[in-house]
Amino acid sequence: MSDAVHSHDHGYHEEGAHGSFRSYMIGFGLSVILTAIPFWLVMSGVLNDPQLTGVIIMGFAAVQVVVHMIYFLHMNTRIEGGWSFMAMMLTLVLVVIVLSGSLWVMYHLNANMMPHADMDMSAMRNMSEMP
Amino acid sequence: MSSATATMEPRAYHLPEEPHLHEGHSTNLGFWMYLMSDCLIFAILFATYAVLGGSYAGGPGPKDLFDLPLIALNTAMLLFSSITYGFAMLAMEKNRVSATQGWLFVTLLFGGAFLCIELYEFSHLIHEGAGPQRSAFLSSFFTLVGTHGLHVTFGSIWLVTLMVQVAKKGLIPANKRRLMCLSMFWHFLDVIWIGVFTFVYLMGVLR
Repeated sequence: MSDAVHSHDHGYHEEGAHGSFRSYMIGFGLSVILTAIPFWLVMSGVLNDPQLTGVIIMGFAAVQVVVHMIYFLHMNTRIEGGWSFMAMMLTLVLVVIVLSGSLWVMYHLNANMMPHADMDMSAMRNMSEMP
Repeated sequence: MSSATATMEPRAYHLPEEPHLHEGHSTNLGFWMYLMSDCLIFAILFATYAVLGGSYAGGPGPKDLFDLPLIALNTAMLLFSSITYGFAMLAMEKNRVSATQGWLFVTLLFGGAFLCIELYEFSHLIHEGAGPQRSAFLSSFFTLVGTHGLHVTFGSIWLVTLMVQVAKKGLIPANKRRLMCLSMFWHFLDVIWIGVFTFVYLMGVLR
């Protein structure tokens, strides 16, 4: 699959996008770093602030997903004439709607069920131990 | 008026000659579409876990159950399997059959190690009385992580199938296409695992 074939074949041979040894190693190195730091942060508890640690490790995860997409899945805006990228963007929008929508609705549902919250944990334990 | 339309050229709503498309020209895009729909399945399971993950029913929580060094080892196994699959693809591009087979086998070993560690973790949890029926948190945990593990299982079966195919027919275009699809599938599972170890295990221990 030479470049000459590429140019006049309207992108039907796009499976040539495999990446090189170098790009795989860059992706792997970045992934190791982006995995090791969150584990270290949580296991050592250096930040002493669970909320801040949580935000940081979510940030690392988001960056690592992008790294995997670029270096392992070879995603860009050009392959398959941009349709792969389009499908991914649509999926991303749907994922955001599903996740934020579920959390939003269920949080309010729990908040509106608050009268039951005064049923304390010991009562719950007794209930869960019932046959 | 009717005679005028009858004498007109019949309207064609298709190209007189279909463009010649080689076999499998749209496989990559189609498989990508499948992966995206699979991604939606995982999004729903993540959302379920996000909603139910705090409902312990008086039972054990993530802090009592999750063993982070084990999860770190598991993550390393999956990451190694990703890079070795990448090496298999590079060997495939150079048409080196035995190198491709070798890297695929190494990938299979890492995938198998991942599955063994995950099964050990699950059996340990169930043995401690923290099975999927214990609380909503554990139900959603087993569903999410188990679905990912099931994907890795089927990916491994697929990997063995392709190794047999390559051994029998060599690196023909069809087999290259199949290996490309499995490559996308395998790397996609690693992407999902990033979400699992961050959102389920690390965030769970922080909670």
